Formats: sequence, structure tokens, C-alpha cells
Amino acid sequence: MTEIVVEISRWAIPIILLLIPVYGYLRGVPVYETFVTGAEDGFKVAVKIIPFLVGMLVAIGVFRASGAMDLFAGVLNPVLQLIGVPGEILPLALMRPLSGGGALGIAAELIGSYGPDSFIGRLASVMQGSTDTTFYVLTVYFGSVGVRRYRYALALGLLSDISSLMAAIAICQIMFG
Amino acid sequence: MVNLIWLLMLVAGIVVAGLNGNIEIVTRAALEAAQNAVTLSFELIGLMAMWLGLLKIAEEAGIVSLLAKILRPLTNYLFPEIPRNHPATGSIIMNLSANILGLGNAATPFGLKAMQEMQSLNKKPDEATPAMCTFLALNTGCFTLIPATIIGVRAAANSTDPAIVVGPTIIATGFSMIMAIIFDRLFRRIYNGRRG
Repeated sequence: MTEIVVEISRWAIPIILLLIPVYGYLRGVPVYETFVTGAEDGFKVAVKIIPFLVGMLVAIGVFRASGAMDLFAGVLNPVLQLIGVPGEILPLALMRPLSGGGALGIAAELIGSYGPDSFIGRLASVMQGSTDTTFYVLTVYFGSVGVRRYRYALALGLLSDISSLMAAIAICQIMFG
Repeated sequence: MVNLIWLLMLVAGIVVAGLNGNIEIVTRAALEAAQNAVTLSFELIGLMAMWLGLLKIAEEAGIVSLLAKILRPLTNYLFPEIPRNHPATGSIIMNLSANILGLGNAATPFGLKAMQEMQSLNKKPDEATPAMCTFLALNTGCFTLIPATIIGVRAAANSTDPAIVVGPTIIATGFSMIMAIIFDRLFRRIYNGRRG
């Protein structure tokens, strides 16, 4: 099982890089010229998201570095203990929607110190793999088209984060608990 | 909501740092984050260019429209306001496929392309459309087949079975995708009472 999955993820990008241009060439597409035309947009989009990203990352950075996030985790901890969730996992749950790199760091740290095959190590892995960096995705995606009013998108994204978090906890308790 | 959360993160951070007597940490964190944001977006340029180039070939070769045709019943249900044969559908499908395969760095360029195309249908350009909200909900709660990064981390930590988390991840993300679709329908109803 492990080997198959690892092989698939090693080969995925090379295969895409092979199949699309070869198929395109066979269909008569001038592949290099088309690639360059498509690639032109990359710069414009990246520059456009800068103000949005600066705004969001500054707030997240201050919230994290000041210790306010850890304080918030301490307040939530007793609630989670009630439903049998180890408190060690809480910083990861809070970090996950805010920062992908930050969350991966916490997950790697949990896996390292409790062991990859411990309950906490497995739960951290499933949580990291099953949720997304909602704030980052919203900031970048809306920023790239200049949308400033998100309407209900943030509430929707966070609700879906919470449900995948709950699902990850329940499944790990059933399978590994 | 985003205004309030943004303000709360700043206020809570500054108050806590002040009470703990290390207010200088706020200055450092803020300046570092601002620079990081620029580094991050510049790192995106190369990735964006590469994947958008490949996407263009896939479009010209008819791969994208073929995929869009196969998945049309699903996209019609999820995005009732996107007209048939609109290019947005193809980009949405490419983005979700990349997410499902765990190809995070391809998902973002495809997703931003989808946003541009949905923006072309937007009558109030500074406000999110229902289609955009649905798309982002699907994106953050997306079904994942291969959580590649975390398998790598587990393997590096000498796990006896790094891929044991694949099954639970598939179940958890399948559940969250269904929940995202249900929540999205609810919000659509609450916010505009429109059909769909």
C-alpha cells in the first residue's frame, strides 16, 4: 500500500508533464508557442495578490507570535478533553486554517515527538492531510480578481474546516483509538 | 466577518504581547510577515507560469473541454449560474482534479484561472458571487486521494507504515466535501433566496 501511494505521488507530475504536451502535439497544437502564451498570465496574478497577502499574513503573524493563539488554545482545551481529543493536537487545529507552513511545522513536530505511529502522530497526519489553509486560499483567490467583499465565503470555509476536523478525529478514534 | 476576524487577530495579538511585556515581538512579526507575503507571491510566479502554460496546451488540445463535458451534470448542479460551455467550468475541474491528486502547487494556478473566468460573469466586481463561494468551499473542503506531503513527513520520521493515514484521509475529506456542499446550499438559500 505504502509503496503504491508513494510511487503514484512521485510519478504524478512527470506523467502530466509528458501526457499533456504529447497529446497536444498529436492533435496538431503548436505546443511550445501555446505554453508560452498561457504562461504570460503568471506574473500579473502574482503581483495582484500582494496587498491581500500582506494584510492577512501580518494579522496572522502578530496573532501567532504574541502568544495570543496559544492562550486561545488554552481556553478551548477543556472543551476538547470532554470529547476525548488530546490537548496536544489543538495548536494544529487552530493553525491549520491560518497558515499551511505553520501547520505543517506543528504536525511534523507532533509526529517527531510522539512518534509517527502513535495515536497523536496519526491524528495529526490525518488532520494535516484532510483540511486546507482556508484563510490563505480565500485571500489569494479573492485577491487575484480584486474581490474585497467575501460575503459568506469565510463562514462557509470555516464550517467545512470544522467538519473535516471532526471527521478526522472521529475516524482516528474508531480506527486507531 | 473577515473585517472582524482580521481586527480581532491584530488586537488580541497586540494586547497579549503588551501584557506579557514583549511588545517588540509584534513589530518583528508584522514586518517579517509583510516581507514573507511578497516572497510568497513571487514564488508563485514561476509555478503559475508553468501550470498555466500546460493548462493552455490542455485547452487547445481539447482535454479540458472533454473533461468538462464528462463532468457537466455535476458542475451544472454545483454552479447553476455558470453558463454551459463557459471556460470557467474547465478551470474549476482542473483545479479540483489537482486537489484530489494532492498536487497543491498545480491547484492554485488552475484555481486562480477559474476565479478570473468567474469574475468575468460578476456584475459587482468587488463582491464574491455565489459560484465563487461554492468553488472556495469545494476547494478548502476538497476530497483528497493522496495526502502526499504528510506521507513524506511520516516516512522521514521512520514510520512503520507512512501511508496508513491515506484511508482515514479519504474518508474524512469525502465527508467534509459532502458537508461543504450541504453548507453551501444552505448559505445560498439564506443569502439570496434565489433558485438553486
